[in-house]
Amino acid sequence: MSAVLEASGLGKRYGHKWALSECTLAISSGKVVGLVGPNGAGKTTLLQLSVGLLRPDAGSIAVLGGHPGTGPVQLSRVGFVAPDTPTYSGLSIRDHLWLGAMMNPSWDGKLAESRIDKLGLDPSQKAGKLSGGQRAQLALTMAVAKRPQLLLLDEPVASLDPLARREFLQGLMEVVAEHGASVILSSHLVGDLERVCDYLVVLVDSRVRVAGDIDELLACHYLLTGPRRDHGDLPSDEHVVSESHTDKQSTFVVRTDGPILDPSWSVEQLDLEDLVLAYMAHAIEQDRRPKLEVHS
Amino acid sequence: MIRVTIRQFRTEGIVGFALLAALAVVLAVTGPHLAHVYDAFQSSCRAARDCAATTNPVLKMDQPLQSALPFIVILAPALVGLFFGAPLIARELEAGTYRLAWTQSVTRGHWLAIKLGVIGVAAMALCGLITWMANWWQSPLDAVNQNRFGVANFSLLGIAPIGYAAFAFALGAAAGVVLRRTVAAIAVTAVGFTAARLAVTYWVRPHLASPIHESLPLSTGSGPGFLYGDSQGTMDYNAYIQSGGPTPRVGQVVLTAPQVNVPNGWAYLTTAVDEAGRAPTSHYLFQACPVLKQFSKPQQPLQSPAALQACISRLTSTFHTVLTYQPANRFWPFQWAEMGIFLTAALALCGLAYWWLRRQYA
Amino acid sequence: MIEFNLNKRSGVAPYQQIVQQVCHALRLGFLEVDDQLPTVKEVVGAIAINPNTVLKAYKELEHLGLVAARPGVGTFVIKTLSDDSLAAHGPLRQELKRWLGKARQAGLDEESIEALFRDVLWSTSAEGAA
Repeated sequence: MSAVLEASGLGKRYGHKWALSECTLAISSGKVVGLVGPNGAGKTTLLQLSVGLLRPDAGSIAVLGGHPGTGPVQLSRVGFVAPDTPTYSGLSIRDHLWLGAMMNPSWDGKLAESRIDKLGLDPSQKAGKLSGGQRAQLALTMAVAKRPQLLLLDEPVASLDPLARREFLQGLMEVVAEHGASVILSSHLVGDLERVCDYLVVLVDSRVRVAGDIDELLACHYLLTGPRRDHGDLPSDEHVVSESHTDKQSTFVVRTDGPILDPSWSVEQLDLEDLVLAYMAHAIEQDRRPKLEVHS
Repeated sequence: MIRVTIRQFRTEGIVGFALLAALAVVLAVTGPHLAHVYDAFQSSCRAARDCAATTNPVLKMDQPLQSALPFIVILAPALVGLFFGAPLIARELEAGTYRLAWTQSVTRGHWLAIKLGVIGVAAMALCGLITWMANWWQSPLDAVNQNRFGVANFSLLGIAPIGYAAFAFALGAAAGVVLRRTVAAIAVTAVGFTAARLAVTYWVRPHLASPIHESLPLSTGSGPGFLYGDSQGTMDYNAYIQSGGPTPRVGQVVLTAPQVNVPNGWAYLTTAVDEAGRAPTSHYLFQACPVLKQFSKPQQPLQSPAALQACISRLTSTFHTVLTYQPANRFWPFQWAEMGIFLTAALALCGLAYWWLRRQYA
Repeated sequence: MIEFNLNKRSGVAPYQQIVQQVCHALRLGFLEVDDQLPTVKEVVGAIAINPNTVLKAYKELEHLGLVAARPGVGTFVIKTLSDDSLAAHGPLRQELKRWLGKARQAGLDEESIEALFRDVLWSTSAEGAA
């Protein structure tokens, strides 16, 4: 399977601050990827690097085998929806579709019109007068109608109410089902991602903390509860992701390929939200520790 | 992409060309009559052989329009820079719509080139037409005034305004790219354009070609005069005070050269000098014309102008006028040069805009 | 046409839920042989889930021998899970309603009813096996 996104040591800085650093990813096609992380973690930076709106300061990135943003062919293969779904407020929906047709040789006008029709939108309505959810659907239509192989969506549902969010995701999944596009969707709402994503990338504070197929990740992470002990007491093949202790009890989130043999543990599976939270807590912990520690 | 650009700038384009049409109507209605009056008077004064002594009534016609037209022609390039150039790219960066525009199938370079090219050409065409129409309307007046090459008029005529328009537009667009805010870009464009125009008019244009120095008798034109430096300013007799001309220190007197008219040429300045090219010193003048000492006693009416005139007649044997000027036949080469300067600057600014865009984004 | 629901809290994998719901419908006779299952696009358009989940579920159903994919047409039911006992469903349903009415009148809440039912179900099937 070919890779839709390959990044190696990718980094981007603004002044002295690195918005994204040492990002290495290999995502194969046919997946719906959830990109999760707190605000300012680097999600927008990664997506903008992938679509050619930003230039890397370190490392490399290849999207669909090509350099992002170079040449009309590369641009036509990648669809992008930016946060707060920018549209031209003075232009009508019909104008937007016309714009898409003029600027994209691979534009599928029928698909665009039928989507707008199915959504019940009035083509003569100016984009500035649409609700947030309607603008998001317009932006998605514009990204989708050029028949891209990869769709990049940067927090497209962040400012939408639950119904509008659900409708947006329904529309998005229909597009994936029908046209087989790969999707990278960033959000800080894990609940939405759980429904639609099959691959997860967690970004915290400019670094990738975990990346993998969701089913595999959920299968190899466990929540262990038991009597108070130190994380050094755990077998070496059980990697501690996060831990918390009371004076009598310890709770660990561990990642391991083998079974948990110690009977003193109560073992549970995690759901996606818990998994993401564990890695986010771990990241904050890691970054707070002094750099003098030697990591094996 | 061309049609997209036009569609996005539809409002500005309509306003601009509507104003052009309105101006065209006003000028078309009044212009022919103006030309007719001029021609009629010219034939009658030629018949009566008193053209030099009489004034063509055309100078008094349509006074409001006569005063307004230079403003319109001067402002047109600036307005085009402010309203076509500054918002061109700043608007997209400000509103965030660049994230929509740059993720279609059009590359950054292509997008920028079409936007700058299409709207830039429209800006130049708009200003070019305004200038051409104004010049056409004004031609009888120009024929009477014969001052096309003068500092103020030169910028209103011919093809130079096309260069100004291109520059103002490119400056606006580049400011928009760098500042990413329309209002800030407008401010920078207004200041920058004004500064550039003033700089070229006063520091570059005079040096585009070496002016001609012509020697004339001292009594040419309005004749020479005297300028005396008083503690409260200057006092003069028949003096033509010109910028770049000599000014006397307190208690000193200078000999001022006469004003010489070069029809449709550009007179820089006139100086009164001797055969070796030296201006007379104050000391020499007081000695040659003792009557000049009356200037040192202020608040007294000028005594014996006849003596001053006699003094002047004596000086004409030693001194003559040197006229520094550009002849009328250099008008069009200067126009081409000035347009060329501003066009080149415009292209450089477009290059800057492209380079900055690629550097900031990708 | 069958409609699916996704219960995030049930602890059952989404694709399994779809399989179970299809089996459930088959058992109760809501789906019969030659009925078409909704297309992947229809399913994800109704409940926003990953199309691969639906594909996985349909593959599982194919594996169980319950459905078959006809290329270019759709996925169709080929075997039913209900049997002649379907006819008995009607009167049984009525009796169950009556019994539930009595249980509620006796003051049992939902959980107690469910606990009672399960207990009897296990104990009787254990007896049956023995």
